[in-house]
Amino acid sequence: MRDGGERIHGGGLVDIDRGLISRDIFSSQAIYADELERVFARAWLFVGHESQIPEPGDFVLGRMGEESVIVNRDRDGRLHVFLNNCRHRGMRVCRYDHGNTRKFYCPYHAWVYSDQGALIAVPKLESGYHNELDRDEWGLIEARVSSYHGFIFACWDEATPDFETYLGDHRFYFDDYCELPDGTFGDWEALGGIFKWRMPNNWKFGAENFAGDYYHNPSHASVDQVVLSPAGVKGRHTYDTVTRKREVHKLNICITPEGHTARGELFKDDYDYMPTYQEMPVVEDWFRECYAKRQERLGEKSRWFGHGGTIFPNVSYSNGVQSMGTWHPAGPHETETWRIFLVPKAAPDEVKNVLRHYVIRYQGPSGLTEQDDMENWGYAHEGARGTIARRHPFHYGMGLGHERKGWPVDWLGGDVYATEDVSEQNQRAFYARWAAMMDTPPGAETRRPADIKAAE
Amino acid sequence: MDIGADKALLDRLLLKHAVEQFYAREADLLDSRRFQQWLDLLADDLRYWMPLNYNRPFGAWDGERSAEGRDLNWFDEGKFEIEQRVKQIMTGVHWAEEPVSRTTHMVSNVEAEAADDAIVEARCRFLLYRNRTETETDFYVGKRHDRLRRSGDSFLITRREIFLDQNVLLAKNLTTFF
Ligand code: FES
Ligand SMILES: [Fe+2]
Repeated sequence: MRDGGERIHGGGLVDIDRGLISRDIFSSQAIYADELERVFARAWLFVGHESQIPEPGDFVLGRMGEESVIVNRDRDGRLHVFLNNCRHRGMRVCRYDHGNTRKFYCPYHAWVYSDQGALIAVPKLESGYHNELDRDEWGLIEARVSSYHGFIFACWDEATPDFETYLGDHRFYFDDYCELPDGTFGDWEALGGIFKWRMPNNWKFGAENFAGDYYHNPSHASVDQVVLSPAGVKGRHTYDTVTRKREVHKLNICITPEGHTARGELFKDDYDYMPTYQEMPVVEDWFRECYAKRQERLGEKSRWFGHGGTIFPNVSYSNGVQSMGTWHPAGPHETETWRIFLVPKAAPDEVKNVLRHYVIRYQGPSGLTEQDDMENWGYAHEGARGTIARRHPFHYGMGLGHERKGWPVDWLGGDVYATEDVSEQNQRAFYARWAAMMDTPPGAETRRPADIKAAE
Repeated sequence: MDIGADKALLDRLLLKHAVEQFYAREADLLDSRRFQQWLDLLADDLRYWMPLNYNRPFGAWDGERSAEGRDLNWFDEGKFEIEQRVKQIMTGVHWAEEPVSRTTHMVSNVEAEAADDAIVEARCRFLLYRNRTETETDFYVGKRHDRLRRSGDSFLITRREIFLDQNVLLAKNLTTFF
């Protein structure tokens, strides 16, 4: 405890130097309450993709922390993110998952807001309020918005730097995700609908797993024995059909001090396209063509193939199945996960269909892969609750001190560390950032997360 | 008594009875984990579809479900994919079903109509209770529309539409069959 009775997260609860993390950070109600204030109310959070709201007036509901938000494109085409909450006395002003509207009508006392957030009508303004209510002061609460290649992020805190600064050197990895298979920043199209479901574990379990946990492969022992790969062969990856030996560095990448993380493969050499969809000529041709264009466009950097990562705090993306998942906190012991999936807009229908079937069967509650993840997260969460259990920290020490900078190539980013195959460096970077934010009381200067001590 | 009218009524009752018997047998196979035998009730050309539900305004209810073949769905697959799900359970290391769930499938409000000599359209309500490990409990409740193809003195399921009455899925997974 600090002087004012403040809990200190870095050190006591999150000991990066030793890779030890208190179970309390997953199960304590007090820590959870601090997270909502110090992490979620400050960070850039993913709220939707522009293709979900292509036309003026389109809206889709999103969520930031525990709270509902309206993500919309106003009559002039501008994007907004509003707290879905009436300024009068808190009723939700929008309860439809998506749609098109010029105004949001509160069902309680009928205050009406425009698609630009202005309070445009108040019943009995004259007889009830005696014209003493200044409507300009009572518009919807609006967040900062940033659309990055069509992916919409929002933030409540004016003191947080702009989104690109927030992203830091993660930009290379997120750009890789945002690029179409041909290496251009063309249009992705979100498939209709959002997977939304509840999981009985703290939100950080999903975030740290997607951050890069190649060590958890045993979780997927069952799916690897059945056919999930879209190419129709045994296994869960698209590349399970590739017969030739793939020479790659399988890397965990952490970006400091931002605490963003990525995982993927760095091919050791220039590779030609590896036949993947042999049974589906249209799909195979399309990907082959994209591959050639990508190689040419990106040059040496085309050697990097991202698998996915986590943008701190709770946004996890997966390349290939092209999903954006958000681990929304719903109390310390529950997460409400939302996930959208995207396909290249200009791709032939055959390609879109293959990708759609693959993602539905891979991720989410009906997905053969994530079902087994969630089982482990749920019961690991229970393991963070016990009185005796909480006396003993979780171990995140794998590969401690073996992180390498500027390796295997020098273009992976500045304060970026890499480890090969299995390591918990990404989790350590994630929790270093988490602890630094948690140790920054409202109004205080942001602290710098604990450094990663790299191998010489 | 008008024998002609009774004949039609009797046919309908017999068909309803046959479908109910079929559903009872199906539920029993699933609840006693005889998944391989359950697979035998599925036609090779099966479509198995469970959409998402959206909250939509009055007058726009036709758009309240995600579209088959186009949008995200909880399920949008065929027999081959269902077989993979069964295989996965049978590996013994499908942790979401290991230890395996206890399920009870309840089917009610059955209505059945012969579309032609071969096809029967059936509708029902389902209540699927799932309990596993110690206290984990889920109720999946909704409607089902099945297309059944006559096969010998029984049926094969060629199409199953599952309408689970939830928006945010309240269960952590969908590892059971509907
Ligand atoms: S709460 Fe919205 S008008 Fe009163
Ligand atoms: Fe996993």
